[in-house]
Amino acid sequence: MNATEQWNAFMTIVRKEIRRYLRIWTQTLLPSAITMSLYFVIFGTLIGSRIGEMGGFSYMQFVVPGLIMMAIVTNSYSNVVSSFFGSKFNHSVEELLVSPVPNYIILMGYVLGGVTRGLFVAVVVTLVSLFFTDLHIHSYLVVVTIVLMTATLFALAGFINAVFANSFDDISIVPTFVLTPLIYLGGVFYSMDLLPDFWAAVSRLNPLVYVVNAFRYGMLGVSDVSLPVAFGMISLFTALAFGYSMYLLNTGKRLRQ
Amino acid sequence: MIPALRIENLRKVYADGFEALKGISLEVQQGDFFALLGPNGAGKSTTIGIICSLVAKTAGRVSVFDVDIDEDFPAAKKYIGIVPQEFNFNQFEKGYDVVVNQAGYYGLPPALARERAEKYLKALGIWDKRNVQSRMLSGGMKRRLMIARALVHEPKLLILDEPTAGVDIEMRRSMWEFLQEINAEGTTIILTTHYLEEAEALCRNIAIINEGGIVENTTIRDLLRQLHREVFILDCAEQVSEDTVIDGFPTRRLDPHTLEVEVEKGQHINQVFAALDRGGIHITSMRNRANRLEEMFVNLVEGKA
Repeated sequence: MNATEQWNAFMTIVRKEIRRYLRIWTQTLLPSAITMSLYFVIFGTLIGSRIGEMGGFSYMQFVVPGLIMMAIVTNSYSNVVSSFFGSKFNHSVEELLVSPVPNYIILMGYVLGGVTRGLFVAVVVTLVSLFFTDLHIHSYLVVVTIVLMTATLFALAGFINAVFANSFDDISIVPTFVLTPLIYLGGVFYSMDLLPDFWAAVSRLNPLVYVVNAFRYGMLGVSDVSLPVAFGMISLFTALAFGYSMYLLNTGKRLRQ
Repeated sequence: MIPALRIENLRKVYADGFEALKGISLEVQQGDFFALLGPNGAGKSTTIGIICSLVAKTAGRVSVFDVDIDEDFPAAKKYIGIVPQEFNFNQFEKGYDVVVNQAGYYGLPPALARERAEKYLKALGIWDKRNVQSRMLSGGMKRRLMIARALVHEPKLLILDEPTAGVDIEMRRSMWEFLQEINAEGTTIILTTHYLEEAEALCRNIAIINEGGIVENTTIRDLLRQLHREVFILDCAEQVSEDTVIDGFPTRRLDPHTLEVEVEKGQHINQVFAALDRGGIHITSMRNRANRLEEMFVNLVEGKA
């Protein structure tokens, strides 16, 4: 396929993905808006008012970046895992496999689909947050970069999960038992300074720590980890996830007989 | 002229050790309407799966219009349109979107994709249903949707795996006509089917595959010529006795007005009519007991031919 044909194929996948989550917006977009509103009310307003300041900001201001990032992580991940597994389940993935579209275009198409959903929900959650607190942006460049990198990383992770999944149970196990604990332990609701040294060191193995703190730096200008380290770790995880996804597609594991 | 499809010593051993293909070789010429027949599990779908990249081959070579799939599979794929046995589209998408998306996967620009989708959905008589979720379509409409999808990039080789399974007679006939039209326009067609009547009506050449090997590869006409015996059912105006005998022709009474007569190769059925006429029996109608090709097929796969 020449470059134009590849672009047409890529945009076809992206359009299909966007149409899919917009068609079922009550399952894909609305839940995050409602869940995050509840977080803002309960953790930010009710409990947060008793906690006081954290990292030099009100508790509500402190948790908003983490909650926006939480929405981006869960939505970019779940969009790709459910869509790609669904296409495996109903065999429509064969439409792509029999066509001449290169594997990296397939991967990038699904990933961009997940990224757009992550961004869509991020905007919705940010708008909801304005009802509870003012919006601070310390560095637009960091905010935009980290949002795109995070959404890409977790969309890739969702793709890997989808390739290995054999049932719908398999696509909920990782989000429930891996992703959610990582998010909650990733510094969304607290500063690393509150942890004992040992657990603070253990937390640094959690990619969500870098994601949440880098984003918090972009919004508030404070972070528990150094920004270059955060970008470096996210880039490393993304490169590994992309490489492994391409390996799965090129070898046809779980996709071809 | 280069063949549309050339398969050489193709082998497939699945992970569980089952050898689905034992080194088959096959050639399908451009413009042909070719039948690939075989019982369930014979290796037909594995062969098709390898040609369109859903199954990885163990050994052998496959080339499509002289493009080796090991050297440039994307280029080979552009020549192929595939209509699989099972419905493999997202049933929550509209039929129109299913076809337009497939065009996009082959790199067609959106405007051309929409134009082609309209052309083929109309040609297959499902344009009116284009905005219906595809799960709401009837079985026959879903089959035609898959044919439209396979044709949207206008492939030179169309492969259909049991395309008329579960389709009513009227719709099957209209699909036959459509396939004959596109074959006449130059598209090479390979068809697997359980309806042997379908192969006899549509195809010029045939390969019979059994237990992973090709047991016959010839023209339909030559294959039928190999038949040694045909069995005819004769409906009689008068009642026939249970012990009716026609010299030289094994005969059996099925009911008081129906006879079954075996005619060997080289014998003339006129002799049967003459013998019955002499006995005052008049024939009102006559038909084959079974499809002739079906009989031949059974003989071949059972090793009797």
